[in-house]
Amino acid sequence: MTNTRPARVLLQTFLITTSLIWLAPVLYALYTSLRPYADTAKHGYVSLGGHFNLGNYTTAWNEADLPLYFKNSAIITIPALLITLWLASMAAFVLARHSFKLNLLMLMIFTAGNLLPQQAIITPLYKLYITIPLPAALSDSGHLDDSFTGLILIHIAFQTGFCVFVLSNFMRTIPAEINEAARVDGASEWRQYWQVILPLCRPALAALATLEFTWIYNDFFWATVLMQTGANRPITAALNNLTGQFFTDNNLIAAASMIVAIPTLIVFFALQRQFVSGLTLGASKG
Amino acid sequence: MATTTLSPPRPATRARNRLRRYTLRDRAALTLMAGTPLLLSLAFVWLPALATVALSFVNWTGIGGLTAMKPAGLENYRIIFTIYPQFPPAIEHNLLWLAVFFALPAPFGLYLAVQLNKQIRGSRIYQSILFLPVVLSLALVGFMTELVFSPTEGLVNNLTGHAGQNNLIDWLGNPRLNIWAVLTMACWRQTGYVMILFLAGLKSVDPSLQEAASLDGANELQAFRHVIWPALRPINIVVVVITVIESLRAFDIVYIINQGTNGLELLSTLITANIIGETSRIGFGSALATILLVISLAFVLPYVYTTFRKDTRP
Repeated sequence: MTNTRPARVLLQTFLITTSLIWLAPVLYALYTSLRPYADTAKHGYVSLGGHFNLGNYTTAWNEADLPLYFKNSAIITIPALLITLWLASMAAFVLARHSFKLNLLMLMIFTAGNLLPQQAIITPLYKLYITIPLPAALSDSGHLDDSFTGLILIHIAFQTGFCVFVLSNFMRTIPAEINEAARVDGASEWRQYWQVILPLCRPALAALATLEFTWIYNDFFWATVLMQTGANRPITAALNNLTGQFFTDNNLIAAASMIVAIPTLIVFFALQRQFVSGLTLGASKG
Repeated sequence: MATTTLSPPRPATRARNRLRRYTLRDRAALTLMAGTPLLLSLAFVWLPALATVALSFVNWTGIGGLTAMKPAGLENYRIIFTIYPQFPPAIEHNLLWLAVFFALPAPFGLYLAVQLNKQIRGSRIYQSILFLPVVLSLALVGFMTELVFSPTEGLVNNLTGHAGQNNLIDWLGNPRLNIWAVLTMACWRQTGYVMILFLAGLKSVDPSLQEAASLDGANELQAFRHVIWPALRPINIVVVVITVIESLRAFDIVYIINQGTNGLELLSTLITANIIGETSRIGFGSALATILLVISLAFVLPYVYTTFRKDTRP
């Protein structure tokens, strides 16, 4: 490998430049969000000077009622995440720890299902959603559409495929002898899953939880189409309605964007390793 | 990331598993454990996928129940391919998206991964910075696009001196320019994604092979071609699939900017407009969706088939 000094300097220069370009949009959004509109109007958006404060943040937070939308996001994301991991780990247990004839086909159904573009299935899904009745307590519309239940359900159905794929890859790395020992002890299949295999999957579950949290929280399409009531939308989708209505200048849009990004930025700073290993667990098998 | 390096062992217990007798309770438990998620996937993903194809051959506004459905044969497709004005630009933009994703983020992500895989100072920090856009939602990338490319208030025009009234470049409104603004930001996110995948793939390259190559006097390019590239084959397939799927799924950024009109048409936005627009045309929207479905299945099915055929048997 070329380890000569000029080559290394050149590489470092290139990487620093690339990194600065990569950071520019985020830094620009952050910078804009901290400046009052009056100042940017006077000095221009790419300028130094003027005041810096959190005014845009408090305005965005209070006037657009962002806490409400964060609550909606939590109502959707947390159950969807937990149920997805639970269902996927059960399916993966059957597919990875047993040799039934249909296993291969099931694995293909799960994995391919997750790779379809959402728009390819939305038309009949939407008709299905406005047809399936739901008790009034669960849905204002009386149907699956426009309800938290409906959104949670589609996230589960769609994301389970990816998680089954990742978890079955992971479970296959656990030695078969572990199950045999449990079986000799007379443990039922359920107990082997719950008490033997699942605890061993903790690293994979942590990685998937991070990844799936981000993906479900970041969803825009399902919420835009399947949740008509604006006040019930999760924050990622709600931001689109709020723009123009409450967020009239770029300073406010920037502040609102930064607020919406906070949960994913926490993932970025605190759970990056889990996120990356979730992604690569899915890709390492090819 | 220790977990990614484990390769699945090949237990010799297959024959024994086959012969094992399950109790009734175990059989019921296993059926429920695999059956419930399977049923959800079939009911909410695969049934709609099949229904998409079926509905593409009917004429239906979606009002008046199933009886109002009229068989239409290939009429929906005929309209799409002959007189529907948004279809050619949508296909063009989807293909452009695909071409740009293959031409820029894929090779650039690979290049960055190879460089950052070397023992260089600050590698972790560079990786993190390039990876940052991947955690952000595509919807947020849409808002970023507005901030960066806004004609009078945006970063690009203000930096290049095109924010004034007389030489304004309308990055978002000009139908010949806006797709490029969107693609720039889409690439910004995609590059980090591809880089992370390749970095994981590079971990599987045998370092002693690389050393041997450099001892033999191979230059960097030769070492890449003969040592690194062959080892990346599995990851290459994953990157190809992800590039195709992400290009077909593209939706959020353009929808944020103008709902996919005026230069930003995509198959996905046309489909959406046909179900949640004022005039809901279920049959017509389904025909558009079928085209999208067929293109994606043409990539997904061979990928899934070749991936699992080899060695996924426990």
